[in-house]
Amino acid sequence: MREIGGEVKAAKFDYILARSIEEAVQSLEKGGGEAVIIAGGQTLMPLLAMRLARPATVIDINGITALSGIEAGEHEVVIKACTRQAMALASPLVQTHLPLLAKAIARVGHQQTRNRGTVGGSLAHADPASEIPLAALAMDARISLRSVAGVRQVALTDYFLGPMMTARADDELMLSVHFSRQPSQARIGTGFHEVSERRGDFAVVAAAAQVQLDANGVCTTAALAVGGVDGVPRRINGLEAQLLGSRIDQDSIRATLPEIANAITPGDDQHASAAYRRRVAGVLAERALLEAIAEAAQ
Amino acid sequence: MNKREMTLTINGKAYARAVEPRVSLLDFLRDDLGLSGTHVGCEHGVCGACSILFDSVPIRACLMLAVQADGHDITTVEGLCDEDGAPGVLQEAFQDAHGMQCGYCTPGMLISAQALLAQNDDPGLEEIKEAIGGNLCRCTGYVQIIESIQLAARRLREAGQ
Amino acid sequence: MNQDPGRNLHYVSTKRRVREDKRFITGQGKFVQDVTLPQTKHAAVLPSPYPRARILSIDTTAAEALDGVHMVLTGEQLAVDCNPIRLGLKLPEVKWYPLAVEMTRYAGEWVAIVVAEDAYIAEDALELIEVDYEPLAAVVDPEQAFAETNILVHPGHGSNVLYHGHFLWGDVDGDFAAADDSLTFRARWGRSSTVPIETFGALAHWDEGTEILDIWASIQMPNFVELLASTLGYPLNNIRLHQDVDVGGSYGVKRGIKQSVLVAYLSRKLRVPVRLIEDRLVNMAGGDAHGPDRIFDTDVAFTNDGIIKSLQIRALDDAGAYPGRAPFQLAKPISAIVGPYTINSVKYEAISVATNKTGQVPVRGFGQAPTNYMIEAAVDAVARHLGLDRLEVRRRNLIPSDAFPYQIPSGSNYDSGDYHMVLQKALDLADYDELVQRRDKARTEGRLAGIGIATCLEPGGGNNIFEYLMDPTAEITTFMEACEVKVDPQGKITGMMGTTTSGQGHETLFATILGEELEFDPDEIRIVHADSLSALPTRSPVASRMAIMLGGAATGAAGKIKDRALAIAAFNLAIALEDLEYSGGTISDRNDPSRKLTWAEICFISYRAYHKLPPGMEPGFHAQFVFQVPGGGQLPDAQNRVQIYPCFSFQAHIPYVEIDPGTGRVSVLDYAIAHDCGTVINPDIVRGMVIGGLAHGIGAALYEKFTYDNEGQFLSATFADYLMPSVHEIPDVRDVEHCTPSPLTSHGQKGSGEGGYLGAPAAIASAVNDALHPLGLSISELPMRMSKIEALINNGSK
Repeated sequence: MREIGGEVKAAKFDYILARSIEEAVQSLEKGGGEAVIIAGGQTLMPLLAMRLARPATVIDINGITALSGIEAGEHEVVIKACTRQAMALASPLVQTHLPLLAKAIARVGHQQTRNRGTVGGSLAHADPASEIPLAALAMDARISLRSVAGVRQVALTDYFLGPMMTARADDELMLSVHFSRQPSQARIGTGFHEVSERRGDFAVVAAAAQVQLDANGVCTTAALAVGGVDGVPRRINGLEAQLLGSRIDQDSIRATLPEIANAITPGDDQHASAAYRRRVAGVLAERALLEAIAEAAQ
Repeated sequence: MNKREMTLTINGKAYARAVEPRVSLLDFLRDDLGLSGTHVGCEHGVCGACSILFDSVPIRACLMLAVQADGHDITTVEGLCDEDGAPGVLQEAFQDAHGMQCGYCTPGMLISAQALLAQNDDPGLEEIKEAIGGNLCRCTGYVQIIESIQLAARRLREAGQ
Repeated sequence: MNQDPGRNLHYVSTKRRVREDKRFITGQGKFVQDVTLPQTKHAAVLPSPYPRARILSIDTTAAEALDGVHMVLTGEQLAVDCNPIRLGLKLPEVKWYPLAVEMTRYAGEWVAIVVAEDAYIAEDALELIEVDYEPLAAVVDPEQAFAETNILVHPGHGSNVLYHGHFLWGDVDGDFAAADDSLTFRARWGRSSTVPIETFGALAHWDEGTEILDIWASIQMPNFVELLASTLGYPLNNIRLHQDVDVGGSYGVKRGIKQSVLVAYLSRKLRVPVRLIEDRLVNMAGGDAHGPDRIFDTDVAFTNDGIIKSLQIRALDDAGAYPGRAPFQLAKPISAIVGPYTINSVKYEAISVATNKTGQVPVRGFGQAPTNYMIEAAVDAVARHLGLDRLEVRRRNLIPSDAFPYQIPSGSNYDSGDYHMVLQKALDLADYDELVQRRDKARTEGRLAGIGIATCLEPGGGNNIFEYLMDPTAEITTFMEACEVKVDPQGKITGMMGTTTSGQGHETLFATILGEELEFDPDEIRIVHADSLSALPTRSPVASRMAIMLGGAATGAAGKIKDRALAIAAFNLAIALEDLEYSGGTISDRNDPSRKLTWAEICFISYRAYHKLPPGMEPGFHAQFVFQVPGGGQLPDAQNRVQIYPCFSFQAHIPYVEIDPGTGRVSVLDYAIAHDCGTVINPDIVRGMVIGGLAHGIGAALYEKFTYDNEGQFLSATFADYLMPSVHEIPDVRDVEHCTPSPLTSHGQKGSGEGGYLGAPAAIASAVNDALHPLGLSISELPMRMSKIEALINNGSK
């Protein structure tokens, strides 16, 4: 029974402006599952307003400078969790080394959304139709989580557990997202396609693809993730496996698309039926892969 | 009531207030400070009528807690006039090209347009659309809004020559 | 009352700034939420989560005890002190109270209201109200509701049928028998609305000292004060509605009776101002502002040349649980039931049913947009059936320009028009031949592409005689608009209008016409909105009527002002009226211009020099004019034929769309529209109405729907679910005006407030179907969401 509600004003809560990562983590632990982090607030604020989220405490991490920034090391590009989406999109590091993520962020909401929303926040919220989790999943990213007990890394492939449910425990703070850095001479191409009624909406269905070709045009790595078609974004490993070791073209891609239907359990809602999502997942996957191949071949 | 002290700058003026943490920045601006030019449309982050400049970038005031503005710099539509209170180039252009009807989405549109023109005084059509894509209007069908922004851009370029 | 067509206009039809814009660009608009009174308390409403339920009990104790809460009110308590809200039709067993009494009839219906220090506390209190419901099965499908005998939305009414009427104009049976061919189709207009960005809000203050209820509301509604008075049981002159509130968009829907009754009642009880500003979720589900939700079953009779002879239309409309004035949306389109075509006869069966859904309200066009959608679908269907070009079929059926005034079978005369010319202008603007090539080239490249064609009417001017058509006890033939014009002792002119404005630029319209008639710069003329106690009669800015009606009233009042001035001059210059020349307020002797009176002198005489007034003339300098709608004032004849609205604007739409066959998503890539609303008073205002209405129409055609599940749960309460077009979804519209003046109005102007909304849904549907045509597919239901189109194309189950 879905409540219509009558509320767009948040219920009461205590507010902590965390000045450091330590303070944030301590507050989370003290919160005993009733404390939430607010970063960009683009998803949390409507939930608070509609009283779908009723935390006892809200911990604001926007003041922690150590949680913002993008760094490129030899093997990794690290985006701190509280980095604004707009900043990530504008970053030459992201544009150069993480092009699939850049394509995904460009599709997130509108400029107001990206000016405030954070990369980490999107991953923490894990809406199955959102763009950043999908791209990050396709890119085999890893998330760094910290609690009073210490720091751990979780692969995104292990991170999404259900709709808006992740492996992050209530007392863990997301520190950063880690992406592998590809050698600059690598022939890598990416593709991101989504469909929604209006530009800027959450995707009804989305597909993120990244492929690498060798000097002969043979596919050496392939990643395809589909969103909006299940409770979590899905990597289609069966399809990826079929693409490896061959030259990929439209026909060979089409031959692998049935793998998608096996890997997803889409739902019905007022915007689209499960059948629609299943069919369109294949359509967008094909487009994303073709875009990726074309890019890689340049 | 667990009110929290904060200080912030709005339209060039410093304010010190105590506010309950759950109050949105939008409600704070309107109800606590009487800055009624920023409007309430949906309170869940879609319509953009509440857009303001926060440290010079457009954001939705309904999606921020007032306390999060502590120490920050805000511009609302009231602050788009020049020091003498005269409408700026953008506002004059919106009048000349009739970029509104009921006026309700207008403050948010002006904020988004202002931010665009501050970065780029020669925006293409796609850039204008990107700038106002998150501001819904039910009256105009957007064409006269786009024309207003284009007119303002042209006048800014001419003035800059 | 029409002006000389050769007249030189100075202000009318000239591009001028819209004066209302000045306050909006600095954030100084005064919307209801900006009106502040000391000690105002804030109300919040508790919605029912069930589509249909019995209220067993409501416990408000905990809510009342919350610090900062002043009062909690339930429907049962309110019903003791108030009457049900009057509906449009006389349906005594359909009782509509501001808060549910004994039963809730739609998901989101208001059950209780809290008044508190601020909106946050009010919402805290809502959570403490305990309602014990007994959920019941609901009736959701309108066809089921029509046939249903068990689940009755209003049991006392005996059925769910609110209205069922039959109209017959002309020899329909004969025309069908004589026709070469006929076809049948169904067209479905989905439940949408014009959803303004500002929700409805009202602020009420009962002043015990003067016994006046002051009310500020975001309102667009004839009879508003009367309905408020009748519901509360107050004399009408205890209520003062402040009409200088800027309304943040309405397009028909801001009727706000129950909201206003609540704040008025609470203010009087608490002796402080009380305001209720609907939040968005409450507005979408429980604001009772949904639009037509209509199934048309239509038979068309035609010749082998595509000449349409006759229509048989059955229109079934879902008015929701509390219909208000909504059923009349079935009758107003009788005003243009054959569209712009020479159709000979019409049979029209109109049915309004109640379901367990949010109540319906008049929406932009008052039923004309769905009806135009159906009519244009009929024309396209005939063309397709015969293998004829859609343009050619229209050309053969459009009323020719030499046939005006043209009387349609249901009795309305179309005042003027040149439909063929306007269509041609649209085609030229669209670069039609090139558009066809573009479409065909896209098709060879494997894309789905289509061109839409729609030629539609926008009746304007208002005239509620359609109420009589549905209810012969409603002998209402007056549909007027009034104004007062004052010239002050300094010679400055002020116009007072008697109703609200929601973006149509009425102040600019009024000042422009006064300036034109009295030959003063409109920028020097002040316009104010009188409150309801001081206003002259009004029927409010509905029905695309204000240019016609306020324009007529303004012209009439200006004429009286001028006559006064001329009489004073004639008396003081001792010459006959016909020897006087009026120019910019100065009146001179035609034969000796040195003999004159200036405007300042005339004003001085009016106010100060009684001895210089013509005998019998009152001092002061003002005039009132009440303008009855042209062509109105008659009752229908025995065949239900009558002139409804006086003026008929015309529009021709040519959109171009492409559809992504993989996702079903429609992109509107180009749009040309030609528009004829007679004389354009202010070009920017009219253009805004045309394009703004068109955008509303794109929304209704492609995205917008208030969705209910099979049990009646409401699924579209947020803007994430109810999708309205952003700038990305609206193409760069090219527009051109044509002018066939109306012979009935002060300056030849017709209505334009409903604008492109009346034709865009039909045009987009035409384009989508053109795009699907090569696949042998078609879609006849709005909105044409991408998932529906994709399923159609890929032949999958929904």
